[in-house]
Amino acid sequence: MSAQRHKCLIIACGALAKEIVYLRRHLGVADEALTLKCLPAEFHNTPQKIAPGVEALLKEHRKHYDRVLVAYGECGTGGALDTLLKQYDAERLPGAHCYEFFAGAAQFEQIVEAEIGSFFLTDYLVKNFDRLVIKGLGLDRYPELTSVYFNNYKQVVYLAQNEDEALKQKALGAARQLDLDFLYKRVGYGDLATELEAFVQEEGLCGSAHKDQQTRQLKTKDEDHVSC
Amino acid sequence: MSDEEDIILRDLNDNDLVDQIKDDLYDGLKDEVFEGVEILLERKWEANLILSDVLVEAMRIVGIDFRDGILFVPEVLQCAGAMKGGMGQLRPILAASDAQTSVGKFVIGTVKGDIHDIGKNLVGMMLEGAGFEVIDLGINNPVENYLAAIDEHKPDILGMSALLTTTMPYMGLVIEELDKRNILKELPVMVGGAPLNQEFADAINAHSYGRDAAMSAEMARTIIGKNS
Ligand code: B12
Repeated sequence: MSAQRHKCLIIACGALAKEIVYLRRHLGVADEALTLKCLPAEFHNTPQKIAPGVEALLKEHRKHYDRVLVAYGECGTGGALDTLLKQYDAERLPGAHCYEFFAGAAQFEQIVEAEIGSFFLTDYLVKNFDRLVIKGLGLDRYPELTSVYFNNYKQVVYLAQNEDEALKQKALGAARQLDLDFLYKRVGYGDLATELEAFVQEEGLCGSAHKDQQTRQLKTKDEDHVSC
Repeated sequence: MSDEEDIILRDLNDNDLVDQIKDDLYDGLKDEVFEGVEILLERKWEANLILSDVLVEAMRIVGIDFRDGILFVPEVLQCAGAMKGGMGQLRPILAASDAQTSVGKFVIGTVKGDIHDIGKNLVGMMLEGAGFEVIDLGINNPVENYLAAIDEHKPDILGMSALLTTTMPYMGLVIEELDKRNILKELPVMVGGAPLNQEFADAINAHSYGRDAAMSAEMARTIIGKNS
């Protein structure tokens, strides 16, 4: 079976790397059947770098793979990413950004509808809050800019992938630091899981890895979120 | 600011002082810019000349370096803060002088669903620097807000800002609404925001697309016939 199996590539935003590795293992897909290549999560704040970054990887690797999934949303590239993907016959995750596909479009809209002043965090952003939000926005150098950036905001909404008390506390600390209310929502992997699962199923990659003990444990623990 | 620096600024001749204020604005030094403007006023410089030849000119350079990736958002915000301080000094003088009548009215606001306002605020500031009376509707504006503001203020130009892929289309909706009410043929609509481009502006039937604050202010003057 492995002889005819398609070779697939995922080009991902660094902010999704860990989640994709987890899901790949969770779905029982062998690392070599679904290669992962990442770009820096810092591109978040400079979306004009996303399409050129993805293009560099596509240029180098597209020919070696049968199918390529780009694990980005539109991410503020102003259509540049979609134009590029058409050119290279690659596809991306649906939706505007990772908050939308983690929460699911309907839930995301519901949260924003209820409170437009919502600033979203994910597991990755909580872990890297200081680097990506505080330093990324220059608040380490100019803490007085906090009110300039967040004046219109009322709450931090932590869209958690995993139940993790330490991360929850850290997210709460982040909300306090920004002087905002805190809302916690355990959303899991949302559309990222659904899309990835559909992708590996279409390509027949499921079960390409030996299910070791660790994988089995992961699957039992999160049975409600992903199954394959 | 220390006395020592105070003496140095005052010791400079007009040309050197102007260059120094521009440098200070570029470096985001609010107090220094404030003091420099004060000295120029004491030296009987016209307020509108200080605004256009010193503050706006310095901010134009900031805009270029931001576009070229030399300056980043936090630095630009520091510069904007310094410019705001200087403008605050000049505003009452400009308002009191008969010579300074506004070149036109500009209504600007971020569209519904979007609460990004840094770019919009910068554009507003540069428009004011270019002589416009700016009516800022703030963030998250539904079409009704634009219509009410048009009714109340009879602007020469309407400006809309959007930073999210999901909120960009709303600009098209507002323009359609203006068209339906026969307002569009009388009222030029300018649009802007990082993910936009000329193609998008054309597609939604906007009068023009403003890539950055300085260029937008120039364009606005051209639209109302003040640049020829
Ligand atoms: C700073 C920032 C924020 C700040 C906003 C602070 C504020 N008060 O505005 C904070 C951190 C709070 C924030 C929040 C969010 N953000 Co934000 N943000 C940015 C960032 C990094 C920079 C935007 C900015 O201010 N640029 C600086 C100004 C000077 O540039 P500008 O806005 O482009 O404006 C210039 C021109 O465009 C033009 N212009 C602008 N408006 C107008 C209007 C007219 C009429 C004219 C003529 C010209 C014009 O002139 C301006 C001056 O030169 C961008 C990424 C990027 N680099 O674009 C992401 C970005 C826009 N944000 C994004 C996202 C997803 C969000 C959040 C959902 C994130 C979250 N974790 O919750 C929330 C939004 C919530 C909401 N409901 O709106 C995404 C959008 C993705 C997409 N698909 O659309 C981006 C692209 C980042 C990313 N890649 O993920 N954000």
